[in-house]
Amino acid sequence: MTQKLIPLAIFLILIVFLGIGLTRDPSLVPSPLIDKQLPEFSLEQVKNMDKTLSSIDLLGQVSLLNVWASWCLACRSEHPLFMELAHSGLIDIYGLNYKDQREDALRWLDLYGDPYITSGHDDTGKIGIEYGVYGVPETFVIDKKGIIRYKHVGPVTDEILEKKILPLIERLKATPI
Amino acid sequence: MRTGILPVFFFLLFTFVSNSHAADLPFEFSDPVQEDRFKGLLEELRCLVCQNQSLADSSADLAQDLRQEVYRMVIEGDNNEEIVNYLVARYGDFILYRPPLKPSTYLLWSGPVIFLIIAVFIAISTIRKKKYTELSQKEQQLASQLLNKTEEESDQE
Repeated sequence: MTQKLIPLAIFLILIVFLGIGLTRDPSLVPSPLIDKQLPEFSLEQVKNMDKTLSSIDLLGQVSLLNVWASWCLACRSEHPLFMELAHSGLIDIYGLNYKDQREDALRWLDLYGDPYITSGHDDTGKIGIEYGVYGVPETFVIDKKGIIRYKHVGPVTDEILEKKILPLIERLKATPI
Repeated sequence: MRTGILPVFFFLLFTFVSNSHAADLPFEFSDPVQEDRFKGLLEELRCLVCQNQSLADSSADLAQDLRQEVYRMVIEGDNNEEIVNYLVARYGDFILYRPPLKPSTYLLWSGPVIFLIIAVFIAISTIRKKKYTELSQKEQQLASQLLNKTEEESDQE
């Protein structure tokens, strides 16, 4: 009797593992940058070519770095959330304008609003590669020391913001430099 | 007339679809060794946007950028390990078609061997069981009776 149950047991174990596999999104690749210092960069600002946004600007406070582009449809769906977040004054949001034309980016910011302290213009996508960007939008949570604590690939949703990002921000804000 | 057009349509369709992007790479090399290394690397690296394609095959924008990066590094004389490390530092092991051997991948690498050993073990035990089924005393008697019987019958013939 037990002999006959062995294949059934193996089958059930297999089902459990395959079931777990189904709940995971294979397009989400774990980033090796988590808990690492943010890669250095210095980019022209989208709105002001004479000024730069550099990685040093992100030090000293907890901040978000949002990778966006005017050609990115999904960016539009998360945009209202960032507008709200910017108005709340809870956190500094910086933009990384990824592989975009400056005019298009400016028009996009005019049209949908600008939640960013400032956006760096990464027209070649070189800085995107430094940050391991593979699907816009992407959002990084960076602590006071400039260490990347969390990365979200794809549009930020209410749920992600409430359950993951905001609690993390609170925790990071509470820790001294 | 209609039947004439359809095959032509499919022929054209597949001609375009199968058109490999690696074939028309705009990268030029003066050194054929570098070119070989470049092509070899692209086959080993996965495109993160369309995950079932290598960097050589993918037409995604990011793949194009990463090809450019690999090209730059090959030309600048970086060795394969340096190039791979550079990409893994940014995109993780996932960019490799061959995951490295480390604690989290031990099971992955040893899996096939483990399954083979289990299969061999099951096969051997099944075969053994069939060979050496022991008979009870009663069955033994019955067997020898039957054997004797057939022997007698063949003797009579």
